[in-house]
Amino acid sequence: MHPRALVQALVTKGIDIAAITDHNASENIIHVMRAARDTSLAIIAGMEVTTREEAHVLGLFENLENVQRFQKIVYKRLPDTADGVQDCENQPIVNEREEVEGFNMHPLFNATDMPLNEVTDYIHHFGGIAIASHIDRSFFSVMSQLGVVPKEARFDGLEISSSLGIAGGRRWFPELADYPFISSSDAHSLEDVGSSCTRMHLESPCFEEIRLALSRQGGRYILE
Amino acid sequence: MNVQTIVNELNLSVKCLSDRLGAEVTGGYVGDLLSDVMANSAAGHLWITRQTHQNIIAVASLKDHAAIIIVQGAGPDADTLEKATDEGIPVLVSPLHAFELAGKIYAVLNR
Repeated sequence: MHPRALVQALVTKGIDIAAITDHNASENIIHVMRAARDTSLAIIAGMEVTTREEAHVLGLFENLENVQRFQKIVYKRLPDTADGVQDCENQPIVNEREEVEGFNMHPLFNATDMPLNEVTDYIHHFGGIAIASHIDRSFFSVMSQLGVVPKEARFDGLEISSSLGIAGGRRWFPELADYPFISSSDAHSLEDVGSSCTRMHLESPCFEEIRLALSRQGGRYILE
Repeated sequence: MNVQTIVNELNLSVKCLSDRLGAEVTGGYVGDLLSDVMANSAAGHLWITRQTHQNIIAVASLKDHAAIIIVQGAGPDADTLEKATDEGIPVLVSPLHAFELAGKIYAVLNR
């Protein structure tokens, strides 16, 4: 999605904070941040990683530097482009002036060879928040791939897809009551932006406040 | 041996492209991890899987599979069939589970 159009869509939908979580990649985040500079929209640097088991995990990071350190690991652990080559023309890096700066030549559609716990360990190592993506989905989720949310993965939160929503997630997964739930649009195109969001009680729209809300500290919390 | 012959021998249910089952079958692959199938299957393979979501079409198209066979009578998702028709990938269904189905197809291919 073009950074300016994405920012415009987010602002129009009344979103205060948006995490950019491209699959196994992060080069577009800076451009969205720049496009959002003249707005009150807060952009969180993130990534959606595919584990070896083909579960999706969201990493949210405090800043670009941390996601870039994590990115180095992720690129090392994706297969060589020779296997499973897909169209890199579908992986453009677009700046805030809508110019294509280049193409991501890594096989982003692929899984990394990192098992689930290694992915969450790395996210935590780089000071990030690890969230299991769309656990209600019947594919590419921790639940679909493993049948359980392993405690050892130490997820900071679990995401429920927009079609089900947090309330639906609580009904479906009573055994996961101890985890904070979020819901997001998981937008891959402009029309999906804002299709779902998580409402949180925060002092300000930033990463550290989200962390507090997930752990229900300091009066910050997620509205369910 | 082509896809139509396998459909007849194994009594498979054809979910789309019933008039385009002439592709030559070179072998088969069983797998539910897309990254594994992308790395290890080959052109002309029958891909046997329990996955029903639309991403299987992208994989089968990329690897030039002869067809996808979904096991345990699972239904391909609606958007999967739509994509399959667009991409020219026949989607077949068997009530058998993968072990039994693969064993029978292997026997037919190696007769």
